[in-house]
Amino acid sequence: MLKHQVIIVGGGLAGLRAAVECAMLGVDTAVLSLLYPVRSHSGAAQGGINAALANMPECKDDSPAKHAYDTVKGADFLADQDCSETMTTDAPTRIYELEHWGVPFSRTFDGKIAQRPFGGAGYPRTCYAADKTGLYILHTLNEQAVKQRVKVYNEWAALSLASDGAQNHGLVALNLQTGEIGAFAADAVIFATGGAGRIYKRTSNAMQSTGFCLAVAYRAGIPLKDMEFVQFHPTTIIGTNILMTEGARGEGGYIINKDGERFMQRYAAKAMELAPRDIVSRSIQTEINEGRGLPDGGGSVYLDLRHLGREKILERLPGIRDICISFLGLDPIEKPIPIQPGMHFIMGGIDTDKDGATILPGVFAAGECACVSVHGANRLGGNSLLECVVMGQRAGAAAGKFVKGKASALKEAVLNDALKKTSAEVDALLKSSGKERLVTLRDPMQDAMTDQIGIYRDEKPMTEAVALLRELRKRYRNIGVDAKNLKFNLDLLRTIELGGMLDVAEATATGALARKESRGGHSRLDFKTRDDANWMKHTLAYFTPDGARLDYKPVTITKWQPEERKY
Amino acid sequence: MSQTVTLRIYRRDPELDSAAKYQNYQIELTPGLTVLMALYHVLENVDKSLAFRASCRSAVCGSCGMHINGKNMLACETQLATLGNEVLIEPLPHLPVLKDLVVDMTTFWDKYERVRPYLIALKEPPPSGKERIQNVEDRKRIDEFIDCILCACCHTSCSTAWWDKEYLGPAALAKMYRFVADSRDEGGAERLKIVASEEGVFRCHTIFNCTEECPKKIPITFGIQEMKKKVMWGKLTGKI
Ligand SMILES: Cc1cc2nc3c(=O)[nH]c(=O)nc-3n(C[C@H](O)[C@H](O)[C@H](O)COP(=O)(O)OP(=O)(O)OC[C@H]3O[C@@H](n4cnc5c(N)ncnc54)[C@H](O)[C@@H]3O)c2cc1C
Ligand code: SF4
Ligand code: SF4
Ligand code: FES
Repeated sequence: MLKHQVIIVGGGLAGLRAAVECAMLGVDTAVLSLLYPVRSHSGAAQGGINAALANMPECKDDSPAKHAYDTVKGADFLADQDCSETMTTDAPTRIYELEHWGVPFSRTFDGKIAQRPFGGAGYPRTCYAADKTGLYILHTLNEQAVKQRVKVYNEWAALSLASDGAQNHGLVALNLQTGEIGAFAADAVIFATGGAGRIYKRTSNAMQSTGFCLAVAYRAGIPLKDMEFVQFHPTTIIGTNILMTEGARGEGGYIINKDGERFMQRYAAKAMELAPRDIVSRSIQTEINEGRGLPDGGGSVYLDLRHLGREKILERLPGIRDICISFLGLDPIEKPIPIQPGMHFIMGGIDTDKDGATILPGVFAAGECACVSVHGANRLGGNSLLECVVMGQRAGAAAGKFVKGKASALKEAVLNDALKKTSAEVDALLKSSGKERLVTLRDPMQDAMTDQIGIYRDEKPMTEAVALLRELRKRYRNIGVDAKNLKFNLDLLRTIELGGMLDVAEATATGALARKESRGGHSRLDFKTRDDANWMKHTLAYFTPDGARLDYKPVTITKWQPEERKY
Repeated sequence: MSQTVTLRIYRRDPELDSAAKYQNYQIELTPGLTVLMALYHVLENVDKSLAFRASCRSAVCGSCGMHINGKNMLACETQLATLGNEVLIEPLPHLPVLKDLVVDMTTFWDKYERVRPYLIALKEPPPSGKERIQNVEDRKRIDEFIDCILCACCHTSCSTAWWDKEYLGPAALAKMYRFVADSRDEGGAERLKIVASEEGVFRCHTIFNCTEECPKKIPITFGIQEMKKKVMWGKLTGKI
């Protein structure tokens, strides 16, 4: 049986930052990741990462406190203000550290880290490296992990935890390359498995952003928090829903409808295209719903960069241009880009405190899969990469402290039981004569999430979606796989993942149906306004075999009283 | 009239099959269909035992490098319509096959680690605790080389790397150049020793395959030539 003091599940920004922290603390650390770390979806992040460095002439009086206020307001006041402030206070240190490790940030004329404006921020605060910020940070952190000689188990998928209810003892995982199922003893496990975009049909997320590990934690009794808050990014290209960064608007890009109108003037006259994402996405959806979308019928409007000029596009947005050429066959220097809102980010996730600890001793979470909550009901662009490095570091430090200097209390018997149970489940799946298949359950789930738990929500469609998802969860018991060879069995892996995705989707829909107000990313046609008297609280979803059981907990308010959100 | 394309896919599980089989799949060509999405179509609807790697589907994660119609490219950014009526899809050449289109990347990662792929900074960071200053021109020098996604398209197209198992190869050397050219890096002589070694730049015969097949258009051969020059200079001046 393999054993480490800390095992980090996932090798994206959050996971690698946690790993480097643990390694620097001298803790026996390993990363276990389905993808080679540099393949993680953090690498797709384009726009940048926020910190109040005050590097640009326009932002001399920016500060972490102002960054925290913008974050809390952007969150529609559902963020825990102490947590948001911790994040923005840690931010400059984490960014300078990334620079010291070699991240090739773009530079100002005087050689400092360059910053660009992003939606919902009072100052140009988003540190960037062209439009490939995530790629460069991911590779730099991978380089630091190599330098620290962090052990990595590549192409292993975590399947379940080994908890005795009082403490966790490790995890069970599947080696994709061989099909072997193995148990890993660990005093602390840190989940850093990223987003859940693939529970939706239209998403900017990677094929591997399934959210499966949210279900792993959830099934072990850890609540999922605020799952109903889903961010739809205003600008994803039609067809593949690959992202066009908010940086494109930060650099001055327009959004226009079929009549060539910059319609944001009717929705957010001051901030225009740089209003927060929830507002821009809803505005686009309204334009489409009211017949002012592009005539092709696919539900889209234009992102227009042409007036920025060739030089600026080549220098600041080269990646965007390449994507347009490869995937749409058009050059944004010459033509406007057809875009539509797409599911982008989960504000919710595994419930943690501001050191990444969950209610189950020995289990931590950080990054997009976790919910601290720093983003509340809506995340600002550039704050997620920041959350990954801040919370990755904090969770790494906390896990390191948790395991250091105390005798390991691991119970092998608990781990062996978990291994037996999970192996039996996988075996049953391989032998199942069930008639359901991956696509017969996944496609209706993705359709229901996109159409009924989408940008605009309403009682009736949500009720139907919850019923459907519960039905799909039942039908999942009758699922089988066709490929039986264990090696690199994608059919098996994806079918296992689907089981978790259904749990996560059901918790999301159930939370959404219950929350009778509109706030941030959760926008209801039947309850159009925010209701602080009844709903200023976090949703907690607890796993039961029949679906999520909801509970609530208070939001921490320190300095900023809730006010109306105007841009 | 809908058009169909034949995918001719390399299939092999080395533990079961002594040689590869090529299997044909008919695919209906829809607008915008990429090679990767065609593979997913096969996986989900036709043959669920097919193995390949992918994640981002947007040419940034480096998972889906494959040998398509005789050239290395990313399946996710390649439009099927541009490839003709019969499309041959094989794994990246000259790495051991694990299954179908999935290759064993171990030696590739080993070589990456051999070039000390991280910023070597001997001096402490600035006393202010803030960022190091790097001017715009210096930053520009690494512009292309930082774009590497470690997809191995270059490495597996280099005939020198095919036959010479010790050769570091273009990807590791491109990574090395990314640091050599970075004004913040202080690896200097130590880096040049690695590139000047038996496995290093002097094995490169400037065949340019690597540069041609890099999906990120990184001028790898240029970087290798620059490092050769630096090594020569270092030797002349007695620095290495
Ligand atoms: C296209 C795009 C652009 C974005 N741009 C920005 C931006 O400009 N600024 C910003 O702040 N935010 C941005 N975001 C959001 C941000 O990139 C993500 O929230 C963040 O990168 C998530 O990082 P992570 O470390 O939590 O997860 P990821 O980077 O997604 O990593 C997840 C890791 O978990 C592993 N994993 C998953 N399942 C398992 C399993 N079962 N077992 C083992 N390992 C597993 C994967 O292999 C992977 O290594 C963007 C998001 C997208 C989709
Ligand atoms: S230029 Fe050098 S590294 Fe590139 S393919 Fe030729 S021999 Fe290989
Ligand atoms: S240099 Fe180009 S081809 Fe080689 S690994 Fe990097 S991105 Fe791929
Ligand atoms: S799937 Fe990521 S590069 Fe092709």
